[in-house]
Formats: sequence, C-alpha cells, structure tokens
Amino acid sequence: MNPFSYSRAAGAADAIRLGAVAGTKYLGGGTNLVDLMREGAEHPEALVDVTALSREIEEREDGGLMIGAAVRNTALAEHRAVRQRYPMLSRAILAGASAQIRNMATIGGNLLQRTRCTYFYDGEGSRCNKREPGQGCDAIDGFNRNHAILGASPACVATHPSDMCVALAALDASVHIEGRSGKRSVPLVELHRLPDGRPDLDTVLEPGELITAIELPALPLASRSTYRKVRDRASYAFALVSVAAALEVESGTVKDVRLALGGVAHKPWRAWRAEEALRGQPASEDAFRAAAEAELADASPLKDNAFKVELARRTIVAVLGDLAGAGR
Amino acid sequence: MPTHVMNEALGETRLDKGAQGLIGKPLDRYEGRLKVTGKAPYAYETRHGEGVAYGVVVTAPVAKGKVVSIDTLKAFSSPGVIHVLTGDNLPTNSAQPSGDKPAIGGGQIHFYGQVLALVVADSFEAARHGASLVTVECETREGRYDLDAERPNAKVPPPGNMPPDTARGDFERAFAEAEVKLDETYRTPSQSHSAMEPHAAVAEWQGGQLTVHTSCQLVGDNTRQLAAALGIKPDKVRILTPYIGGGFGGKLGIGPEAVLAAMVAKEIGRPVKVALTRQQVYQVTSRRTDTIQRVRIGATRDGRITAIGHESWCSNMAGDDYFEPIGLSTVFLYAGENRLITHRLAELDVLMASAMRAPGEAVGMLALENAMDEMAEKLGLDPIEFRKRNEPDRNPEDDKPFSSRHLIECMEEGARRFGWSEREARPRARQEGDWLIGIGMAAASRKNLLAQSSAEVRLEPDGRAIVLTDMTDIGTGSYTILAQTAGEMLGLPMDRITVLLGDSALPESSGSGGSFGAASAGSSVYIACEALIERLARKMDCAAEDLTLKDGTAVAGNRQVPLVELLAGEALSAEGTLQPGNATKDHHQASYGAHFCEVAVNAVTGETRVRRMLSVCEAGRILNAKTARSQCLGGMIFGIGTALTEELVIDDRNGLLVNHDLAEYHVPVNADVPQLDVVLLDKVDRLASPMASKGLGELGISGAGAAVTNAIYNACGVRVRDYPATLDKVLEGLAEGGGRQ
Repeated sequence: MNPFSYSRAAGAADAIRLGAVAGTKYLGGGTNLVDLMREGAEHPEALVDVTALSREIEEREDGGLMIGAAVRNTALAEHRAVRQRYPMLSRAILAGASAQIRNMATIGGNLLQRTRCTYFYDGEGSRCNKREPGQGCDAIDGFNRNHAILGASPACVATHPSDMCVALAALDASVHIEGRSGKRSVPLVELHRLPDGRPDLDTVLEPGELITAIELPALPLASRSTYRKVRDRASYAFALVSVAAALEVESGTVKDVRLALGGVAHKPWRAWRAEEALRGQPASEDAFRAAAEAELADASPLKDNAFKVELARRTIVAVLGDLAGAGR
Repeated sequence: MPTHVMNEALGETRLDKGAQGLIGKPLDRYEGRLKVTGKAPYAYETRHGEGVAYGVVVTAPVAKGKVVSIDTLKAFSSPGVIHVLTGDNLPTNSAQPSGDKPAIGGGQIHFYGQVLALVVADSFEAARHGASLVTVECETREGRYDLDAERPNAKVPPPGNMPPDTARGDFERAFAEAEVKLDETYRTPSQSHSAMEPHAAVAEWQGGQLTVHTSCQLVGDNTRQLAAALGIKPDKVRILTPYIGGGFGGKLGIGPEAVLAAMVAKEIGRPVKVALTRQQVYQVTSRRTDTIQRVRIGATRDGRITAIGHESWCSNMAGDDYFEPIGLSTVFLYAGENRLITHRLAELDVLMASAMRAPGEAVGMLALENAMDEMAEKLGLDPIEFRKRNEPDRNPEDDKPFSSRHLIECMEEGARRFGWSEREARPRARQEGDWLIGIGMAAASRKNLLAQSSAEVRLEPDGRAIVLTDMTDIGTGSYTILAQTAGEMLGLPMDRITVLLGDSALPESSGSGGSFGAASAGSSVYIACEALIERLARKMDCAAEDLTLKDGTAVAGNRQVPLVELLAGEALSAEGTLQPGNATKDHHQASYGAHFCEVAVNAVTGETRVRRMLSVCEAGRILNAKTARSQCLGGMIFGIGTALTEELVIDDRNGLLVNHDLAEYHVPVNADVPQLDVVLLDKVDRLASPMASKGLGELGISGAGAAVTNAIYNACGVRVRDYPATLDKVLEGLAEGGGRQ
C-alpha cells in the first residue's frame, strides 16, 4: 500500500474541491477500494472521505426515490419503500457480500466496485489491460470461469461484480453526478462502459466527478420483481449469473417487463433485446425462452465459462416463470 | 520416569470407574472464556511496544525460473525500513512435517509465490510499503503445472505414511473374471487448509537464546526444524504456542515466517514480528495435492467383492517424496481376496504438497465411497447392504485382527436415525418445487495412530494439580481433555486443575496431527497420574488399587484423608511417557463411522444445498462429548466444502495461484451448513491406548464428501466424479436429462 493522504469532505462541494487534485480517489465505506490498495491494484495518492454526503432516502410524491450516495447498503436494503416498491433491489443488495461489509459499504461506492478478475489483482505476475492499458490480457486464455460472455472485447473479459447495480439497471435508475463543470445525470445503464479498447475506464465519470445520489423513478411493475443470484456457495460469493426481473402480465399477455443480468459482462447488463421480444407476447415458458435466447444470441463464451450461457438461459426462464406464476 | 509401552491392553482403569465423573462429560472448553473474551493471545499479539520491528514477505511473481537480481534500493530508502533480507538461503515455504527443515531457494524459483525476501521496518505499514518497492528480475522457464499432463512421468515414491503399493492375490485376473465390474476415474483438486489464524511469528534473541511465539502443531519437531534452519542447537530455541487458531495440517511443519523472523531478529538485534497475509498463507505454506484416482471393483452377482483396485496419482515439488496416502482406507475397509492399491507421484512446479486434515482418507474415500455407491447401483443393492456384504472379519490386507470395529453398527444406527428406509433408490424420485431431493451415505474410517508423548503432572501442596506438556491445542480441546484426565485420575474437580501447553520447555508430546493427540498426550497424563497415585497410596499405607481419589479426598477402606493433609506441605511430581508398541503391530486399528446426507439440487441451476447431515462415529472412549462432537462437526463441514466448493485453482499456463483468498477459495460459509447431527458410539478399545480411545479428529471428514455427492446422484441422477461438484458440472448432467426447462 502506498503512502496516501486522507481528508474528510464536509459535503459535495468540499469533496469536489478536494478531489480536483490528480491521483485522488473518493472513499465511501472502503470495502473495495482499501482492499484494492492493499493488493496493489490501486495506488491513490489522496483519499477524500465522502461519507458525509447525504444519507437520506427521500420518498418522492410520484412514488420514486432519491437515495443519497452515502446511504449504507444495509439501510437501503431494509428501507420499507424499497422492500415494497422495488423488492428486487432489496434482494440484490442482501445477496451481496456479508452483513459486515453491507453495513460499511455505501451506495455511491457500490456503483464503482471494480472487477474481481484475479489477473487484474495480480499486479506482479499477470498482464491486465484494465490495470495497465496496452499490457495485454492474461484472462482471455487463462482461468476464466467467472468471466464475461457478453459484450467483452479482445482487450478485456472481466465482469462487473455488483449485485445492486444489476437491480438498478433493471429499474431505470439514474445517477446524479457533480463535478467542477457542474451537475449532470446519467442513466445507470450508461454509467458503466463496455471494455472495448479502454478497459481501464470502468465508467463514464470524468476525473474528479462525484456521485451524489441515485434516483429511482416510480415504476409500479417493480413491486412485483425479484433478484435471483446463482453462485458457487449459498452466501459470500460473487454471481456466476444473476437475474433482476420485474414483470407485468395482463390477461396472460406481457404488458411490461424489466430484465437485467449480472455476472455476464463488464457492466450490469440490461436485457433490452429480451424485453423487446417479450412485450405483447403471451406470458408463457416458450416466450420466456425465446426472449432469453434473443438476449444470449451474441454470447461468446470463453474456455471455462460456456456453462454461463445455459445457466443464464435457464435462470431467466425460471425467474420470469415464477413472476408470471405469482401474478396469476 | 514412568514409561508405558503400548504392547497390550490394560484392564479396567480409573477412567472406567469414573469416581470423579469427569471423563466423557460434555464440559465447556478449559480456555473457552479466554478465547471468546479476547484474552487468549495468539502469536502475533504477544509482543508490543518499543523496539519491535515488523517484517513483510516478498514473494516470487513467476512459478519457475532463476532469480537474476533483487533490487532493494528503493525499499531501503523508504521511510521506516530497517533491513531487507534476501539471499539464496531463505526458506521458500513451510517445512515438510517429516522433514528436518524448510527447503531453501538457492537462487531458483520453484513455484509461484515462493518467498524471496523480507522487508523489515519500524511499523507494519512501512514494511508493507517497502515490500511493494522491491523489484525482482528473473529468467522465467517453462514449468509443469498440470497433474494430468505429468501423469505419464509419475514415479513410485518411497514408503511414506504407507507403502506406495499394497497388493494381495491376482487383482487383474480376478477383475477380468468378475461377474459385475466398475471401472471409474475420479479427480480431486489441490486444496488449502485455510485456518482462521494466518501463520505468524514473533522472534526475539537474548544472547544466543532464541524465543519464538508462533502458531504450530508439533512443538518438538518444529523446535528442531527451526534450529536446523538457523544452524543452531535445538536447546537454544524456545517455541511458545499456547493458543492456535486452527491448523488442519497447515502448521505441522515450521513456517517460513518463523525462520525469517528469527533470522532477521538476529541481524538487527530487535524483536521481529512476521505475519503472512492471507494470500501468502495460500502461497508459501503447503497445500493438499490434487489427485487422479482409478477405482476398479469386481464382484459376484450377489454383491461379494472379489477384486478391489485403487490406483492413484498425486503431485509434489521436485525432490519432495511425500505422497498423499490416498488408498489408506481401501486397504482395510472392505473384503475381497484380490487387491491392488498403488500410489504414483508426479513432479509439479507448484507449492509443496503436504498433510491436510485426514491426509489420504479425505480425498481417497471420496473416490472409494463414490465407487461403492455406483457399484451398489450396478448390483441392484442398497448401498448399506452392499457394504455389509463386504464387511471383513479380519484385516483383508494381512489377516490381522481388528482391535475394534463397529462400522456396521454405525451404518445401522445412522440409517435408523436418518430415515434411510424411506430413500428411493431411483434418482429424481423426489421434487419440491425446483428442488430435487436426494439422500446418500458413505462409510467413514480413519486409521488409528499413536505417537510417543510425555507429560509432567504436579500435585501442589494446596491440593491443586498442574499438567505440563508441550502438547498443542489447535482448537481440538486438548486443554480440556487433559484437565479431565488429570481430574478423573487424581479425584480433583476441574477448577483445581491447571494445564500448561505449547511451550517447548515442557516435556515433549506427540503434538497435534493425525488424530493421535488425545490418545497419545492423554495417555502420558494418565501414566504420570498413575505414578502419583502409587505415591499417594504409600502415604495412605494401601495398595494403589485400593485407593479411591474423589473431590480432593483420598479414601482407602474406612479411612478418608483430604489430599492437602496427605501431602502435608509437600509437592509431588511425576513425568509419564507413552510409547507405541506391539498393540499397533499385532492388530489393525482404526476408527469407524457412517455419514448420511440429504441434499437439494436445483433442477434449473444445478446448485446443491445440503439440507441435513448426520454422522455416527465410533472412536473408542469418548473423552469429552462436547469437544468430540465439535471435532466431528468440523470434519463434516470440511466434507461439505470438499464435495461442493473447495478447489485451489492453478493456472496451467504459468503456475499462478488463481484464487488465493477466502473470497475466491470457497470454504463453506454458515449458509452452506445446515443443522448437523453427530452421534458418538461410546465404546472402549483397550488395545488402542491406555485411554482406550482412538483417533477422532479426522474421522468426521473421512468419507463425508462422498455422502454429499452420493446424495446429489440420488437427487438428480448426475454423478460428479470430478470434485468439487460445482453447479456447472451438475448442470451439464441436468441439461442432458432435462430439468424444469
């Protein structure tokens, strides 16, 4: 771990001022960043603690939510409105990490979790374009059981590790950002990037920009939604495949649907194609399977992760089937 | 000094009479309160304050090659850094338990993550930063990282925990002629012990005398290994290891951190603390080997085994002959006139393979008990019935009698309690929603071992007793059972017994390993107490057998004298030593058990969840029903991990250890472990030891994983022979057979 300076911001404006110095990282709960620093995968020269940002979860009149970036994962998962209106989000958060980690982790920080790719972590012995642009990727031909099947590039096959973000992607969340040049809002599905030629850039955030809040629009169909995480042990393991889904069925026909996948790509994967394929179709297993296949048509598995394609297909069909069944 | 050689069975002892009523009772741990209140200092917590320096290990970034140069200049100039230890003579990793000292690098890199340097600083943080500034230049060479690829080059190793080959009759012919045959190959991956407490040491020199606080299982051997590594006499080294946060075999040989701490403490003239990071524990201590196992069983149509073959391949570093005794249980568990058990060892450029919980059985019985389940199905027999039909009445290897054997009783008791009769032999017979439910069983056996062990017991004038031995308690309950033994023998309640362990200045014990600790160290306490009782009897003017000791009072005939009065201000002390003898040679000794497991397999995803598990265990006299049960629980949980999740992944291109932390090396978490039940059959085996107990610690893991995979087969019809049975492997079978899809 490099020597670094630490300061505590009083609020967003203070944080942005402090964060203007190159080599600065914002620190939330530290559950990922500190680990990365210990392992030598991150070398910030300065940390600006932003846990003094808003910890409010504000209920909007239209039914939406505005969630302060410093809200702890546990607090969001337990919030009554979240559990009632967006159960998939509560479940996704509770499916991640451990209780101790969730108590520390912040919502803003969770968005910026970095991949668990072992070659990314192994700074001494392995090549990684995400850590050192242009160095090459040892994961593509290495042990890549946990890696991406969708949207990867020859430069990077890493996956995004967050569970929460998968639910947020399905829920049409947007991310409120502040920087020296002002405020902006970005749909969550556009916050994270696909790797293309620049896997070192996880997100579209500009240097010094700070996430201040996450906004969830009112989404009545999300009150019947779920998150299914498939992993190697019952708790405390990253997703091999996860599915966040909300489904509205009327007279046996899919009126509306939200679907996102985790563990399959460099970003939380909104399943636009599957959604498109499902709207207006009968809420049947055949339609669910066709939708899953449409989404996975471009999947390109690696040496060790071909099972993820079949696993994702089966899990999507099962989750949609359960939601359709529950609505009958 | 009274020494008892275990040549024959003792008659009834004070442990049978139980005047004080301590032996066998489910008493709380002697040191439990200290541990849960944070008052039991572990190695790294023992030395604080001024003058202490901190060392952080630098490891090799490649798996095979030659060290060209190690640039320490930047590290040296980093604030707080005092010293950087490099050189060809540094230990690469832990010592092999049976070895005389850890291997040294000699300028070469033998495996990924090997120790190359130690950076020492005034603070841990400064040392860690200094370590990150050390750059290693090396010439990388092609290495060998894949057991399958090296299998053709595997050699016959010299005898280790067992001979490499055990044969009887004409296996090949009998197998060829058998009416019903099974020939399957099973694979198990490398594993890591993953003890909760990482390896740590604090070393301090006073003149030529070295004191090391560390975490180790075999104090006597470890003291000699450390001395040999430093080139000094063992009497110049004192090891202290009173509290140990788990070992599982990973702390049997002295760790590199202890050697490095001692080396550098001498150079800089300050106490030095070195703890391995979790990642380094995976990289520079030891691992359990990966294995390939071919099991062949030939039987008559009515299910009598005529030929049993278990050929295995495992790996180790070049120059290390240790091989996992994979076929240990296959030697004696089932009958069969024609037998062939072989072990072959392949060289890999991977971390040293060594003992991990139940070396041999833990992986060998996965294959054997999986194969027995498969063979039972071929024969159309219930798996328990098939095992019963092949119950030998003598050791099938050499016709020696068993000292005691209650395998059938364990299976029958377990079957009754678990509801085995309700099992459908046909897979996929039970489904609850998306979950396919199945049950499976496996036999357990663990060869009984006894090791030389000494202890001193002192009776103080105030009527308290002190037990002194360098025995370790690695979480097993040694403190407690030794206190119970002394209390039972001397007629003292638990609160009047003090137990001092884990100090090389005390009489040398068996240490903890191979499940031999309780019987070996317990017997030494028993022998010392017998000597004290002789002397008390003389003071009472009676024969020892006429003396009863209870609640601090000596009773003979109609006389009752408080012990304090009898001692009359004098302290009595005796040292007892147990030596293994002919009883082991003349009889085959092993502990037995039966595991039962119910799993749910998700028909959609292939996930397996263990729903309940029961192990019935028989290991002679149970010394403490609570700590014994805990040992079995730990073994069963290891079994669940072995069956479902644990795999040390090595990148076969370059030897990189891929998953070297607890987030990625998947030991079972609480949510993976359902309510577990343990039933202990309380028997006595007087040929096993004066305690009449057999080894229990590793019985719980032996076979446990096979009960899980046999249950998976029963649930969903997918037979996983490549451990662990992760969901992708189950899914492959499910996809063929259809699920909900």
